[in-house]
Amino acid sequence: MRIVVNGDAVEAADGCSVVALLLQLGIGRDRVAFELNGAIVPKANYEKQLLADDDKIEIVHFVGGG
Amino acid sequence: MTDSADKFIIAGREFRSRLMVGTGKYASFEQTARALEASGAEIITVAVRRVNLDRSKESLLDYIDLKKYTLLPNTAGCYSADDAVRTCLLAREAGMSDFVKLEVLGDEKTLFPDNEELLKAAKILVAEGFTVLPYCSDDVIVCKKLQDIGCAAVMPLGAPIGSGLGIRNPYNIRIILENITVPVIIDAGVGSASDAAIAMELGCHGILMNTAIAGATDPIAMAEAMKLAVIAGRLSYKAGRIPRKLYANASSPLDGLIA
Repeated sequence: MRIVVNGDAVEAADGCSVVALLLQLGIGRDRVAFELNGAIVPKANYEKQLLADDDKIEIVHFVGGG
Repeated sequence: MTDSADKFIIAGREFRSRLMVGTGKYASFEQTARALEASGAEIITVAVRRVNLDRSKESLLDYIDLKKYTLLPNTAGCYSADDAVRTCLLAREAGMSDFVKLEVLGDEKTLFPDNEELLKAAKILVAEGFTVLPYCSDDVIVCKKLQDIGCAAVMPLGAPIGSGLGIRNPYNIRIILENITVPVIIDAGVGSASDAAIAMELGCHGILMNTAIAGATDPIAMAEAMKLAVIAGRLSYKAGRIPRKLYANASSPLDGLIA
């Protein structure tokens, strides 16, 4: 399936979980926030939350800033 | 030398350093970490941004001891209440803390706050349980409204963000200090250590800066200068300065002058 992560098209296994996607992208789960179609997915739900074709995802973290 | 009874409390949390620093614009993460250390700051701001999918695996937080610092995520780059609230919700999820530096900007040229959107966002965030520290205009009416909404502090600007112009309207800051009971933290505008001392001598409870340190020729030395200036300025404020007089007043006794 094709999903959009941070504005880029990404190929992922059909119905994969948030955890699986993070693993695929090489992103640790501890210091990120995951937004699925505009709604935050709490960390406790990363295993059970499954993704679908055309989902819009934002994965954010902290960077240097004032 | 610091007065240990002179406590800096935000939302019930006690801090020793009244200097809060940003983590942007440094040459490297290593330099960021060294400047933070030299500043003595305990509260540091960070921004919330997309993870770069083809990034190097290094991140700012790999260089920062999270046991030592309280992260204060900002909403930099947000121009509407909705964007700012969304960013705060993401920050809370990423950082597991309710502290946010709320900024809602009006335009890119001045980076002045859009106070209407700021008040709207502050209301929503306080209701959501956030500890809100808003970057705002040096306007006592806006500060009062933010305080009434339930913000934990107000953070009026000294001058435009990154301008280094110093405290441009000390009288406005004094009016805010006389009429606001939550901590008043100068956010933005500081250029050098003397600016920081002036803010603290006015009676501000704290000060937040980024560019003045990160943009200095030697950021580590400037971080230390700012630390000392904030301590000196606070002590000077607490000590109570002499009144300004137009004419001289001799320091040596007039009695016993030789004839």
